[in-house]
Amino acid sequence: MEIVCPAGTPASLRAAVKAGAHTVYCGFADETNARNFPGLNFDRDEMREGVKFAHDHGAKVLVAINTYPRAGGEAIWHRAVADAEASGADAVILADLGLLAYAAKHHPGLRRHLSVQAAAANADMLNFYASEFGVKRVVLPRVLSVPEIAAINAETEVETEVFVFGGLCVMAEGRCSLSSYATGLSPNMNGVCSPASHVEYHDDHGALSAKLGGFTIHKVGADEPAPYPTLCKGCFSAGDATGHLFEDPVSLNAEKLIPQLAKAGVTALKIEGRQRSRSYVAQVVRNFRAAVEAQAAGRPMPEGMLAQLTEGQAATAGAYKKTWR
Amino acid sequence: MHDHAVQLPVFPRLPALALRGVPLTPVALALGAFARRMALRHPSMFKRLGDYGAARFVLDPTDLPVTLLLEPRAGNPRLRLSRKPMQGDARIAGPLSGLLGMVHGAYDGDALFFSRDLVIEGDTAAVLALRNAIDDAELDLAAEAAAMSGPFGAQIRRLIQLAETRTGVALSRHEEDPLW
Ligand code: SF4
Repeated sequence: MEIVCPAGTPASLRAAVKAGAHTVYCGFADETNARNFPGLNFDRDEMREGVKFAHDHGAKVLVAINTYPRAGGEAIWHRAVADAEASGADAVILADLGLLAYAAKHHPGLRRHLSVQAAAANADMLNFYASEFGVKRVVLPRVLSVPEIAAINAETEVETEVFVFGGLCVMAEGRCSLSSYATGLSPNMNGVCSPASHVEYHDDHGALSAKLGGFTIHKVGADEPAPYPTLCKGCFSAGDATGHLFEDPVSLNAEKLIPQLAKAGVTALKIEGRQRSRSYVAQVVRNFRAAVEAQAAGRPMPEGMLAQLTEGQAATAGAYKKTWR
Repeated sequence: MHDHAVQLPVFPRLPALALRGVPLTPVALALGAFARRMALRHPSMFKRLGDYGAARFVLDPTDLPVTLLLEPRAGNPRLRLSRKPMQGDARIAGPLSGLLGMVHGAYDGDALFFSRDLVIEGDTAAVLALRNAIDDAELDLAAEAAAMSGPFGAQIRRLIQLAETRTGVALSRHEEDPLW
């Protein structure tokens, strides 16, 4: 299976390729990509050089242009698609219907993937995107179980890509307004969920509180893992109950499910984390490349060493093994 | 209690105490020259910082009796050292080995933050920008120090290598060979 690895910087791209990434995904340093974080992403020259480096080492590059264009601001997104093609990228990852139609019409030779932000979660939707916009691959939202993924693959020719590691976005993706509510900025429009510009940490004699837009999202004791104040992973009080209302502050690790995902007909495994360092990228990619090599050779999955890299320092198999509270 | 999957080496207490007696001015001058050299050799690091190039970062190695104030000033950096706590827009505190390990790509900053080895205060976006800019620059402080030391470069390099093996602190960048 193909592993698709994150790169927030040119250095991370090189680290991913050297660690064994078959494919790297990255974005331009503006609001066209859903990881529009300070100090992150690629300018046009860096993208060209990154693609060249990847190609020289036998890897592919996908450019994520996966936010929803602002009315009146479409030119920024159109330019991003044109520049991705000019950089030699192997495909673009898009979410917006209008942008898909634009890319299909004006850049027919550029391979199109559907972003997880489009939340295409059944075979009819996949087939619609394929027939209308020539989409070749769909990144499935993180709400499906393995049998559901197998059922989708049985009814479509479109390639599927699923997340196997990293931060979890638990809502129907592209539809969540929690971040907009607290900060005015959302992943869908601005490329940032719970943005750092609105984050504050307060250390009170070892007790750490994490705030977002003035709201306290978490409070942890001195010996507990520090949380990032992502809204859906917050600890809230409602009535007499206090708890993680939507999702615990844990990360996805579906390494052990690779054989089942392969059997379910999945083409590519995606690692989340363009906002993480090149050290994270190298460690995770190395681990997953070893895992897919083991899977291909019919060997047991190697024991992972990734727990320390995960948020909350705890991992979950997410919706792949669905248990609802 | 959670497991610290990464055990960070802590600067030994005795040499740290000895540092209290070291005059700071020559150290600050050397560090300033070092920072200016980095600015000349890594202009893209400052470009990546964007507007946060104007921020003031307090870097606090918690196992040393000194604090640094880093002002990138869009490519004309200034570094100040003090034995007293300093004020800035953002503060990054943790063992020296963690801070150097992040610079050299040995540790992931988020992982050190999750495990509480690293403390962040103030402007979180500025800290992120600095972390990302430094991470992309693939700095090698040992190589830079050796290059600055003229005829003593080779000795400095060997000394740093020795210190690295003895302490387990990532004092230089370890370039990885392609694995597959
Ligand atoms: S708040 Fe959570 S569910 Fe909503 S967009 Fe952010 S990560 Fe996704």
